[in-house]
Amino acid sequence: MKRRQFIQTSGLATAAMMIPNFLKAQENKVLSDSDKVLIVIQLTGGNDGLNTVVPYENDLYYNARPKIAIQKNEVLKLNSELGLNPAMQGFKNLFDEGRLCLINNVGYPEPDRSHFRSMDIWQTASNSNEYKTTGWLGRYLDEKCNTCNQPTQVLEIDDTLSLALKGKNAKGLSMKDPKRLYGTTLDTYINQLSKQHVVGDHEHDNAEYLYKTLAETVSSAAYIYQTSKVYKSATTYPNHQFGKSMKTIAELITSGVNTNVYYVSLGSFDTHFNQQKRQADLLQQLSETVKVFMDDLKVSGKQDNVLLMTFSEFGRRVSENASGGTDHGTANQIFLFGNKLKQKGIYNEAPNLSDLDDGDLKFSVDFKNVYSTILKKWLNTDEQSILGNKYQYLNFI
Amino acid sequence: MLTENDKIKHLYNRAGFGLNLFDLKNKTDWQKACNLLFKSNSNYKKLEAITLTEVQVAQDKMKNLDKEDKKDLKQLLRENVFELNNLWLNEMINSEAQLQEKMALFWHGHFACRSINPYFDQQYLDIIRKNALGNFGTLLNEVSKTPAMLQFLNNQQNKKDHPNENFAREVMELFTLGRGNYTEQDVKEAARAFTGFGFNKLGEFKFRVQQHDFGNKIFMQKTGNFSGEDILKIILDKKECAYFITKKLYKFFVNDTVNDAVVQSLSDKFYQSNYDIKTLMKEIFASDWFYNEKNVSVKIKSPIELMVGMFRTINTTFVNTDSNLFIQRTLGQILLNPPNVAGWTGNRSWIDSSSLLFRMRLPQVIYYDKDIDISPKEITPEMGTQQMKMANDFVKKLASKKLNATADWTNVLQLFSSSKNIAIDIPNTLLAKKADAVALKAIQINADNSSLQNQIKSIVIETMSLPDYQLC
Repeated sequence: MKRRQFIQTSGLATAAMMIPNFLKAQENKVLSDSDKVLIVIQLTGGNDGLNTVVPYENDLYYNARPKIAIQKNEVLKLNSELGLNPAMQGFKNLFDEGRLCLINNVGYPEPDRSHFRSMDIWQTASNSNEYKTTGWLGRYLDEKCNTCNQPTQVLEIDDTLSLALKGKNAKGLSMKDPKRLYGTTLDTYINQLSKQHVVGDHEHDNAEYLYKTLAETVSSAAYIYQTSKVYKSATTYPNHQFGKSMKTIAELITSGVNTNVYYVSLGSFDTHFNQQKRQADLLQQLSETVKVFMDDLKVSGKQDNVLLMTFSEFGRRVSENASGGTDHGTANQIFLFGNKLKQKGIYNEAPNLSDLDDGDLKFSVDFKNVYSTILKKWLNTDEQSILGNKYQYLNFI
Repeated sequence: MLTENDKIKHLYNRAGFGLNLFDLKNKTDWQKACNLLFKSNSNYKKLEAITLTEVQVAQDKMKNLDKEDKKDLKQLLRENVFELNNLWLNEMINSEAQLQEKMALFWHGHFACRSINPYFDQQYLDIIRKNALGNFGTLLNEVSKTPAMLQFLNNQQNKKDHPNENFAREVMELFTLGRGNYTEQDVKEAARAFTGFGFNKLGEFKFRVQQHDFGNKIFMQKTGNFSGEDILKIILDKKECAYFITKKLYKFFVNDTVNDAVVQSLSDKFYQSNYDIKTLMKEIFASDWFYNEKNVSVKIKSPIELMVGMFRTINTTFVNTDSNLFIQRTLGQILLNPPNVAGWTGNRSWIDSSSLLFRMRLPQVIYYDKDIDISPKEITPEMGTQQMKMANDFVKKLASKKLNATADWTNVLQLFSSSKNIAIDIPNTLLAKKADAVALKAIQINADNSSLQNQIKSIVIETMSLPDYQLC
């Protein structure tokens, strides 16, 4: 599609005021750090990794799952031992196009099988015996938004904010729909109060802190809404909440909003019984949407700007349970997507089903190494101060 | 210096969940009001949502979850998750024993714990409420023997040959001493001493002799064949424990910014009193520094404090009590369901852009019946998947609707009808400290002046929508 044609079909022509900046950004071949975007997709509830990426040549897998195993002739084969759940044609296409990287066996030492606790561990990037009160992306925001007055660099597409996005001094913004949030802040009373001039010491004074948060929320909502009007995607996204959320993200990215990190959740993957259909539905939603999203960004010329990551708080046990489901387990895979992946395809060894820890997979990659790589190599920040430790980089970007 | 009335207001904001409007008129003597908080609660009642038999029947049913028909499950769900929560919330709103319930909320965050077994939750809640103003050592010992806590911290798996250190570690890190006051070796040895601490199906503490490690332990430079109780005693003998608890209490009841000299002196007295909680709290609330302006209106209300405070001012009932749970979930504090053993972080962690906007809209959502227009995150608690699904479905349904509250405004209207300047009197009454000019002006501009009643109601609602109302 030629650019002019693209502009016409996307309705961009109406936003005449904003076009010059927008086009400039698009023509700029060299990516500056501020253009780089990370999208984190949280698979809530503990996605069953072994029925997502299936070791279809492994008898141990079929022995452990007589009822719910996915048959060899059904899987979407990635290589001679691993294949995707048949609901994941979108991921298969992205794999074939070299835009997917799969890291197996990601976890952490002394894994916790409670949803809450393990999710906290992933979201705060803590060890399993420590309790952190801030999230890893919140601490990224602390670094990034030290003196800024609009915390729009980190955005969650939801009504409430996850711990992952809460920093010590700054907290990300959460909203499902830029227009709705903007509408809320237009409420006369809220708007008048937000104009309250903050002169005091918000570091120590909680009243000042509340008014500052209010003012930032109102101005951030206006900024995001105004900027988001620049670009409306002409692509059709799947008609479910996750599809809508990803469309919102694509539009915000292409519109040039200054957000570097988007966070969105899909769930619930807590499949204790009758797992097959439920999980297939969710994986289908995930896979088709990510494919549409990546293709949409290709159209708008932003595909080099994004890195997308999926994670879940844990995988599930190797053996199925008596109800046609699986119970809480440990290590799991992470998917990464992007046009600039250094290592494409399958990053490391397949899960070892003959070396289990009390019926659970052993991890070989600490998720904090993944975080550290992304923070340093993609978002170009001081990852050690964010993670509190030095974690070796991986080579996927 | 605060006036007598302002002192009473501050006291009740912190030692309780705020003055109700009846008290506002009747409590005029600070000394009397203070004494009243400490009067022993002869009306103490255990909160009971479920009997042991009911739990056992339910557990049997749970085993055949697939066959369960929905109606029974729904019933079960309510009993399990919501009812105890609601009962306690009602106590906070209506009970005269305000300090007891506020202290219990503190201990709930301190000994943070949740259980899928509502009977265990009920026992645990009884212990933290009953001992709320009692002896800390007793409280510690009793909580350490509740099935809820032993289960939550995996002590059933702590056996002579396979020690599980979770319980022992949290006892020291979070319940008594804090990091830096014990070693990893102490954790290991304490875990050995706690082997055998378990419970049976009837919810009774059981010491399992076969699983206990009777060998010698070296704990905090002491050597002996220590039991779990011995370990707790050795910990309580350390002054660091008194300091750790006192500091946490100070942050919760006085100010998140700590005055270390004050805490040190309080802590010494706490230790000398052999951990008598009531003595410590009396010392705090009777002191001059507690009423210093720098300690007034500086605490950010937790979601529970916010809700309970509103309902103490306006008598509010929901058509469906699940609305209570909806608010708790959206604002991030569910009673009997803390995020983890470290409890709620508190202070500024309550406030982000979306939670602040929802807090500011909440009075209108409740009292003007506005659309909720927000939904909290799905939960995946450790309850049956079917139950979880129903809880989530319920929230999704509610998100597009209203909270359906009935408000009894009688007391509010009575109190303010004779007021000369309601646009100033109401904010000054309901806020922890006097409202500033900008807020007063916004209130005035937006008030509904169509009748005196509407004017009073609208000003109350606007006041409760202020950022300043988030403080106490």
